[in-house]
Amino acid sequence: MSDLKDKILKIYPAATFEEGDTLQVNVVEKDWLGVAAKLKNDLGFDVLTALVGMDWKESVGVMYYLTATGRDWEVITVKVVAEDRDNAYIHSVTSLWKVANFQEREVYDMFGIKFIGHPDMRRFFLRNDWVGHPLRKDYDTNPELNPIRLEDEQNEDDTRSYSLDDKGNVVETPGKVFEENEYVVNIGPQHPSTHGVMRFRASLDGEVVKKVDVVSGYIHRGIEKLSEGLTYPQILHFTDRMDYMSAHQNRHCLCMCIEKALGIEVPRRAQVIRTMMDELMRISSHLLSFGCTAMDLGATTAFFYGFREREMVLDIFEKTCGARMSMNYNVIGGVIADLHADFQKDVKELIRIMPERLKEYHTVFSGNIIAKNRLVGVGHLSKEDAINYDITGPSGRGSNWSCDCRKKHPYAVYNEVQFDEVLMDGCDSYSRYMVRMKEIEQSCRILEQLVDNIPEGDIRAQVPKIIKLPAGHWYQQVEASRGTFGVYIESTGEKNPFRVHFQSPCFNLVGVMDLTCSGYMIADLITIGAALDFVIPDIDR
Amino acid sequence: MGVSIKSMSRDDFKNNDYIDKLVEELNATGANVMVGKFDDLINWGVANSLWPLCFGTSCCAIEFMSLGAARYDMARFGFEVARNSPRQADYVMVQGTIVHRMAPVMRRLYEQLAEPKYVIACGGCAVSGGPFKNSYCVVPGVDQILPVDVYIPGCPPRPEAMFYGLMQLQRKIKVQKFFGGVNRKEKIEEFFAEHPEERGQIG
Amino acid sequence: MFDFGKWTSAFNELLLGSGMAEWLAVLIECVIIAVLILAVYTVLALFYILYERKLCAWFQCRLGPMRVGKWGLLQVFADMFKILIKELICLKGTDRFLFKLAPYLVITSSVVMLACLPWGNGLQIIDWNIGIFFILAVSSVGVLGILLAGWSSNNKYTLIGAMRSGAQMISYEISLGLALMTIVVMAGTMDISQLVAQQEDAWFIFKGHIPAIIAFIIYVIAATAETNRGPFDLPEAEHELTAGYHTEYSGIHFGFFYLAEYLNLFIVSGIATMMFLGGWMPLHVPGWDGFNAVMNWIPSPVWFLAKAFFISFIIIWFKWTFPRVRIDQMLAFEWKYLMPFSLANLLLMTVFVAFGWHF
Repeated sequence: MSDLKDKILKIYPAATFEEGDTLQVNVVEKDWLGVAAKLKNDLGFDVLTALVGMDWKESVGVMYYLTATGRDWEVITVKVVAEDRDNAYIHSVTSLWKVANFQEREVYDMFGIKFIGHPDMRRFFLRNDWVGHPLRKDYDTNPELNPIRLEDEQNEDDTRSYSLDDKGNVVETPGKVFEENEYVVNIGPQHPSTHGVMRFRASLDGEVVKKVDVVSGYIHRGIEKLSEGLTYPQILHFTDRMDYMSAHQNRHCLCMCIEKALGIEVPRRAQVIRTMMDELMRISSHLLSFGCTAMDLGATTAFFYGFREREMVLDIFEKTCGARMSMNYNVIGGVIADLHADFQKDVKELIRIMPERLKEYHTVFSGNIIAKNRLVGVGHLSKEDAINYDITGPSGRGSNWSCDCRKKHPYAVYNEVQFDEVLMDGCDSYSRYMVRMKEIEQSCRILEQLVDNIPEGDIRAQVPKIIKLPAGHWYQQVEASRGTFGVYIESTGEKNPFRVHFQSPCFNLVGVMDLTCSGYMIADLITIGAALDFVIPDIDR
Repeated sequence: MGVSIKSMSRDDFKNNDYIDKLVEELNATGANVMVGKFDDLINWGVANSLWPLCFGTSCCAIEFMSLGAARYDMARFGFEVARNSPRQADYVMVQGTIVHRMAPVMRRLYEQLAEPKYVIACGGCAVSGGPFKNSYCVVPGVDQILPVDVYIPGCPPRPEAMFYGLMQLQRKIKVQKFFGGVNRKEKIEEFFAEHPEERGQIG
Repeated sequence: MFDFGKWTSAFNELLLGSGMAEWLAVLIECVIIAVLILAVYTVLALFYILYERKLCAWFQCRLGPMRVGKWGLLQVFADMFKILIKELICLKGTDRFLFKLAPYLVITSSVVMLACLPWGNGLQIIDWNIGIFFILAVSSVGVLGILLAGWSSNNKYTLIGAMRSGAQMISYEISLGLALMTIVVMAGTMDISQLVAQQEDAWFIFKGHIPAIIAFIIYVIAATAETNRGPFDLPEAEHELTAGYHTEYSGIHFGFFYLAEYLNLFIVSGIATMMFLGGWMPLHVPGWDGFNAVMNWIPSPVWFLAKAFFISFIIIWFKWTFPRVRIDQMLAFEWKYLMPFSLANLLLMTVFVAFGWHF
């Protein structure tokens, strides 16, 4: 780590450091853009893993988590504090890491920090007539300021960008999202193929998509703000309701983050159970994804086949966790209940049946000439773009980017089991789809290794009655069904967190919709969306 | 009173007093036998052909998919013709949280449904805001913006619970009056009286 | 086979014999036929809706409608009552005349086509020497209805749906027509009753062997596209355009589109039956007299309907198996492969006929 410190000092002598779960570098705002460029180009921090807006009461700022894929996935934190709390601005890093585009908009929405040089500084989650920035500590919660408005939003096409003039004042430049004479088709929020309440505004030229504008926030529930008012065990249940198809993994991640902060050693039995549940969840998620991809392409029957096997997984969950969805199974220190007596039998049955069923799926759908024509070569996303946009999970691996968190930062018992990271180099919708199908096989392989080797022991470590995290901040990642899911917790030593941020994979996925859809047809927009497989409540949180 | 649902005895339903009250209220105005028979026929048709609007915001929508899939198969009841256009749907099942940004869209979707139309609030979030009730931008229950016919609690409700909710809706439909009462035409006239400039524009 | 013509002529004579003026008798007969057609239309459409829903459930390991009435038989009637009382919405900014006209155009075209089908021995309603030509002409009117529906709704989805539908139906009509012409070349007539009569000893698909079988395959593909069914259901591509050209239609207006969609399925199956599978003619194997006699015993309308249902089954099977194609792929398939192929096939058939290679 000291080696890295020297390197950073070489490019930025004014840097100060703090030690935490990762190395933290403090950067002064006015130097930030230059330092960021050097960090990316000279030190190889090519992935912006997370961008967390912060309000430390006396000041606001942003925590950047950067990953160097070339250097064994080393992670550093960069802390940038805005100079003026009330008229806060920070230079945008969108030009370096494209993934910052939507994330900076989110921070602007929630904290009111203006990003200098960002091309499209609109609100992301809230209505454009919203008063205030909810995640600021001085936000006025008076419901009369923001009543339930039943009239439509106005001026959706208006956007703005900010720049600094010679004297250092922030200057606003208005702009338009779409030109006057563009044929803009509105897809969503109520649309069968947006997989929820996502809204795309697509500018068309005949049937060809020219530009896609993502309008999000139709299911933004303010989970991060809610979490600040709850205790740690209470915020656990939100994770099941964000990406409900990665409920176990998300909750696993939050539990691990809290356990890391408290220094709790999770019993081995619980680790194995968590790993198995994560993989079962992954199977269930990929089956749903298979079904939805097929249905979006009009092959309704394949959808039902996918659901048939998904019910088997849900049965396993239901027996052990007591619910089909929103299982609430992981708790701090372990899992809430022991495995059901049928668990091993059911899992073995699932493993036995999956290979032949996968073969059936390939016959019905993947091998179909029409499906291939619709998916192969559609929605090109190069490896460079995938890294720049931080597209992790099956979608990133479909662009041949080895980004599996289970391999890069092993957790639970993933370093003890044999499995392959599925990579495909098609960079198209078909690769992303096939990666999912092959990951089902790998998940079965992991389950097969673990199902007979579940150690005896406790399912839960001893944890204090009232959980208080020491002051500090932690970041934890897991491989959820759709990519790397991250949790950021900042604590001041109270029993409720000072700030919780969820870095969801789908948020980044939706960021490439414009890139992947432009130049393809409107029908492809649907299949690209289906193959990227985003879950809307995960984006909006 | 003959509000019967096939294969479900009266005692299978938990809240019979409420439906009895509804029947009593409706019968107080009285209707002749002929009209009553027509009503029964139409209500039978409406109750057995509830086409949902494809609309889901979060987890409940996945359970609704399970409801359509092979194990639960809502096609058995004739509920499977999910329409994507609100004009052709009969009811909207609000599956998931409704937030401030969604509220005007939800309201418009409801207005786009063709009469007779029904609303089911499905899941804790739609019933009351659920775990997100205290949030700054969550509508605490969809009944704040829409008239709700049936509430299905759960997070998410099991498919069986959804069936139960749908059967409750069927019971409600079977006692409604198509002829008599305020009908659509009168409502339209009322609307035109308030907005004379719209006459001839819509209809 | 039993000739239903006896009944109809007897009825005609009964009317005339009672001293009725001829014009009046013809008028009464027309009214009766019209009522019958509409009744058959409705019943068939309802049957088809149930048929498809049951089949689809079967493909998808489900049960399908089964709770309303015995085996769900009354399901479609419930749907019908519901749709009859649904509110009709006509929006601001729509072209109201065209908006209301469009569903009627669609349904009229399919009713007229229904009247052209050979229902059974002597049960031929519209029968003249350009029968096939007439069917093809009338079928094009339906496209007009869909285009108008999409245009007049003042909605971007419907417009895209209508444009797709226009491009698709006009393209595939060519292959459809050429496939039918292949058979016309062999039969040497466009007269529907003549066409059926010629298939008494062997159906055209056997008579014309290679070119006829190719024509049949082309016809089934083109017919699937003509009826806007999967994998060619782009005009209403549910997952792209919500409900395509009829997005803004509610109540019985939508019901008309819905009925016409199913009835068109029956009609294209009926035409395939008439042109390739012998119309109402029973299956005869030369030499097997006993077998033939048994086959003759089955009434002719049953033969016709059974064959039509079988072809519909195949088309429904397509829909629930294949994913949807994209508009450019679909047009490329038609213009680059299907149409040249059907032209070549027509030529092949001409050669066959010229040299007398068919049976």
